Amino acid sequence: MGNNKFNIDLIRNDFPILNSKVKGKQLIYLDNAATTQTPKVVIDSIVSYYSNLNANIHRGAHYLSQKATEAYEDARKKFQQQLNAKSSSEIIFTSGTTHSINLVANGFIDLLNKGDEIIVSHLEHHSNIVPWQMLCEKTGAIMRVIPMSEKGELIFSEYEKLLSNKTKIVFVNHVSNALGTINPVKEIISKAHEFGAAVLIDGAQALPHFKVNVIDLDADFYVGSAHKIYGPTGVGILYGKEEWLTKIPPYQGGGEMIDEVTFEKTTYAKIPNKFEAGTPNIAGVIASAVALDYINEIGLDNIAQYEKELLDYATQKLLEIDEIKIYGDSSNKTSVISFNIGNLHHYDIGSIIDNEGIAVRTGHHCAQPIMDYFNISGTIRISLSFYNTIEEIDSLINAIMIAKKMLS
Amino acid sequence: MFSDWTEKYEYIIDLGKSLPVIKTQYKTQENIIRGCQSKVWLYAENIDNKLIFTADSDAIITKGIIAILIRTFSNQSAEEIINAKTDFIEKIGLKEHLSQTRANGLSSMIKQIKLYAVAYSNK
Repeated sequence: MGNNKFNIDLIRNDFPILNSKVKGKQLIYLDNAATTQTPKVVIDSIVSYYSNLNANIHRGAHYLSQKATEAYEDARKKFQQQLNAKSSSEIIFTSGTTHSINLVANGFIDLLNKGDEIIVSHLEHHSNIVPWQMLCEKTGAIMRVIPMSEKGELIFSEYEKLLSNKTKIVFVNHVSNALGTINPVKEIISKAHEFGAAVLIDGAQALPHFKVNVIDLDADFYVGSAHKIYGPTGVGILYGKEEWLTKIPPYQGGGEMIDEVTFEKTTYAKIPNKFEAGTPNIAGVIASAVALDYINEIGLDNIAQYEKELLDYATQKLLEIDEIKIYGDSSNKTSVISFNIGNLHHYDIGSIIDNEGIAVRTGHHCAQPIMDYFNISGTIRISLSFYNTIEEIDSLINAIMIAKKMLS
Repeated sequence: MFSDWTEKYEYIIDLGKSLPVIKTQYKTQENIIRGCQSKVWLYAENIDNKLIFTADSDAIITKGIIAILIRTFSNQSAEEIINAKTDFIEKIGLKEHLSQTRANGLSSMIKQIKLYAVAYSNK
């Protein structure tokens, strides 16, 4: 499987937690869409930072401060390259995807008038719905929804009907966390631009699985989380076109984001500092860039190919189970499978297989609109990564069969 | 107590089958316990100064867990329920179900049972 650059045993050795036991059983971690595991190089980076480099950044004249600042800004450049952004000042570090989205939504408070329209999709995670609902409450704008299909895809023709010169912003995920569907974001962006609307793409579930080129997509905003790309928690990124980041106001006020402060008037710094108030998660940001280096060394193309093979195998094995129902069978998916078995409750199955060391996610996955569409309370979701194996999938299937028997 | 997890879970599932089931007319929004991944309905009646609980859930394991709670707390006075300790849960190996995650509603169920007791003790 994969190609000869891809050695699964060597890769698994890079992740200390994969050797651990859960309830006396070998951990089988299939919940990567929730968070990914951390390679030793990233763990070491955090330890090394606090052992050798810790100092506040951007403000000190001393050696450690300069070194830490360099490392932090190098990380910014790495993310610029990863997304193929025009300039590193278009990369903002936040505390996560949710923070990034709230930052942008807040930026639109003065840009929306009563009766303006904003477009969300039926496939969104709550983090890409709720901040916009709050925005509508504040501005009187109206939210329209791109409908989804039984296949778990967005209905493009219906999307086109929603667009008008009242549309100010469209926000869609690149990949659905609940179903794995890869959305045609380039086309969505292109269409939105015909009407002068901005587009924010939630790339949290895309960045770990394939190359993203924000210039090619022509995205106005693109967001993601480091902990979903094998980095630490507490770090998010927000890419925004310079014109947009200059246009929208800062989200949080404080140190770092200012130019001059007096009690009469304060002026703001230029981007990116304008959106990075206070002391950031310096260790986390530096470690996140190490995570990027790690996956780029393996190669995102190799990762994508391996994950596709795992996905196909897992799908085939699951489909052999009696009464299985897989939700979202788009031909364009990442390695996520959401399913249920007959009338069995997802919580029951998840709880039982947990005893075999198997970590899956059950429930609505912060995507209640998708669950409502299928008229269910939730699903069991497996989300595979390049350190998962065929053997782990076989163990999953066995555990599911045990659960099925116990619950019938 | 159990030689392996399958025995424990089979026991819980079995207990769920003996759950005193809530009457359909009480299976309403008001009687749903929040904080559970599965749907749980709980209802209490005061009969001869003892609280009698009935419940239901759409998840089998949850049914079993609430059956254990009802066995422990039902048919007691409000005061006895309010004062009841909950350390038995750890003793019988259900501690993992006490965590704060939304996935299990054991804490919420106990809270609701105690709230019912408080409500009835004030009447």
